Amino acid sequence: MTAYSITEPSKASKWVAGLLVAFYTIVTLLPLVWIISTGFKSGPDSISYPPKLVFDPTVEGYVNLFTSRTRISQDAPPPPAETWYDEITRDQGMVITGPSRFGERFMNSVIIGFGSTALSIILGTLAAYAFSRFKVPLKDDLLFFILSTRMMPPIAVAIPIYLMYRELGLSDTHLGMILLYTGVNISLAVWLLKGFIDEIPREYEEAALIDGYTRFQAFRKVVLPQAATGIASTAIFCLIFAWNEYAFAVLLTSGNAQTAPPFIPTIIGTGGQDWPAVAAGATLFLLPVMVFTILLRKHLLRGITFGAVRK
Amino acid sequence: MAEVTLFGISKSYGATLALSDVSMTIPDGAFVVLLGPTGAGKTTTLRLIAGLDKPDAGDIRIDGTSVLPDTPAQRDVAMVFQQYSLYPHLTVRDNLAFPLRSPMIAMPEDQIAKRVAEVAQALRIPHKLDNKATALSGGEMQRVSIGRALVRNPRIYLMDEPLSSLDAKLRADLRVELKRIHAELGATFLYVTHDQIEAMTMATHVGVLDHGRLVQFGTPREIYESPVSTYVATRLGQPRITLLPADAFGPAPRNAAQIGLRPEHILQGEGQPATVRRLEHLGDQTRLHLAFGPHEIVTLADPHTGLAAGDTVLIRPHTPLWFDANGARIQE
Repeated sequence: MTAYSITEPSKASKWVAGLLVAFYTIVTLLPLVWIISTGFKSGPDSISYPPKLVFDPTVEGYVNLFTSRTRISQDAPPPPAETWYDEITRDQGMVITGPSRFGERFMNSVIIGFGSTALSIILGTLAAYAFSRFKVPLKDDLLFFILSTRMMPPIAVAIPIYLMYRELGLSDTHLGMILLYTGVNISLAVWLLKGFIDEIPREYEEAALIDGYTRFQAFRKVVLPQAATGIASTAIFCLIFAWNEYAFAVLLTSGNAQTAPPFIPTIIGTGGQDWPAVAAGATLFLLPVMVFTILLRKHLLRGITFGAVRK
Repeated sequence: MAEVTLFGISKSYGATLALSDVSMTIPDGAFVVLLGPTGAGKTTTLRLIAGLDKPDAGDIRIDGTSVLPDTPAQRDVAMVFQQYSLYPHLTVRDNLAFPLRSPMIAMPEDQIAKRVAEVAQALRIPHKLDNKATALSGGEMQRVSIGRALVRNPRIYLMDEPLSSLDAKLRADLRVELKRIHAELGATFLYVTHDQIEAMTMATHVGVLDHGRLVQFGTPREIYESPVSTYVATRLGQPRITLLPADAFGPAPRNAAQIGLRPEHILQGEGQPATVRRLEHLGDQTRLHLAFGPHEIVTLADPHTGLAAGDTVLIRPHTPLWFDANGARIQE
């Protein structure tokens, strides 16, 4: 007879759990692997059937992503290729005419994504602190009102927002998109951060007040450092939304402030969609959020379990 | 160091009356202990003096000047909280230096280092200075939070049950430590507790609060020997005072409804018979539970007593305390 313990799971159940996790990991990672590998395939390889698992890697897709090209005309052969990326383009029978707009679109995404995240966090932290600590008239109603902005899909108000933005001159501007994403994210930020700040005993601030600090100094020196975990995890959620947002970006941006999500699917090569370039764009697009999340993952994990266990 | 005076202070939180018309003078250099059960208004008194809350009515003066318009920082008081008083994101050193770095004091860093070292020495925590505040034991944490008050030289130290979360031995050590600090600094202390030993051993004055009212204020001895009511009488004394109907032992003064008997009010070996129900050997004292007719009396026995359950003892009241039907003391 082996002793049965309620704290230590049996070997068999550990195996089952391990297999389940492994299976889930594969299912989750498969699309990612597909996108990353397609980015390094040649045009014909990317659409071959059955899909090629082993292929000759090329950076053709990345070169195409960052450049505009035109077909080499038989009448006027171009001068010899000067750089490695010129060479790659020539091999496809094309010549580079200039940079593509991907770099700009990517920068737009960075400005709008991080800008709206920063704004949501700043406003959200201040509002959450006020809701958590002060007697705000109609506090519960206000909090419910803020939450209610999340009760329908944001795109449901697309048309009024489109009209408003046209009137206000905010269409296709960075400011307009930052404000819009902040408006969507702020409710999440206020609610999440209020939870985190509620968990910080107010004795800490009171001690700081008595120790000779003003309310704002106490907030900065005592509350903020302790809310860092909550702020980090809230920032990740806000960034993921703003970074991935597609519907409003399609509707409200075009020439100037277009972000990467609406741009990537429009990458056209000769004879249709340039899948390697699209995959290359998607891969690069994944990176910032991935890096941001990995940097803050310790906080994210702590943030999710925060308050679950009494310390 | 300063004298703190409360004039007719009242304070409600919503529908709960926390303090009602409390007036009290905390003399310069005194160690005043506020005693009372949970909800009596002890902590509220501290918060009002510190400026964390505003009274609904009344005035608070420090050295004769009203501090009501002042912020907590301007009042120049130090407070030790019952718990949660260390900043978890800072080291012990930074916790101790925190008040000195405030814009109100803004002491130069070299002086801060010196001051922190002195206080750490006094509280016997110099080897812990570079620890994170969260890496301390409960006793060390509480010593650091007392230290955070001591680095300053405030007009009054406010302490809210600073020892209640500690084990008995540490509590006893820190009691002595606080008393020593009080004697050395000659500082004014207002100390809140519901522990009567803390009150009896440390206080120069004791204030007893009951449902937001200050029912008695005096030296620990006055409070113990001549309580104004049954409520105050039951606050101090171990074992607790025994309250019986006034005529339990025979004739009582006019208007008396209850007789109050502390162990020293009960003479053994003469008077009326009572039966020993059980003995509690606590080491330093031996408690005797007696059945006297329908009543139960708890008193003390000689540590080496030969009494056992079932024995009969003769007892007689000696200078007992008398209380009327409302619980108020009747002076003979």
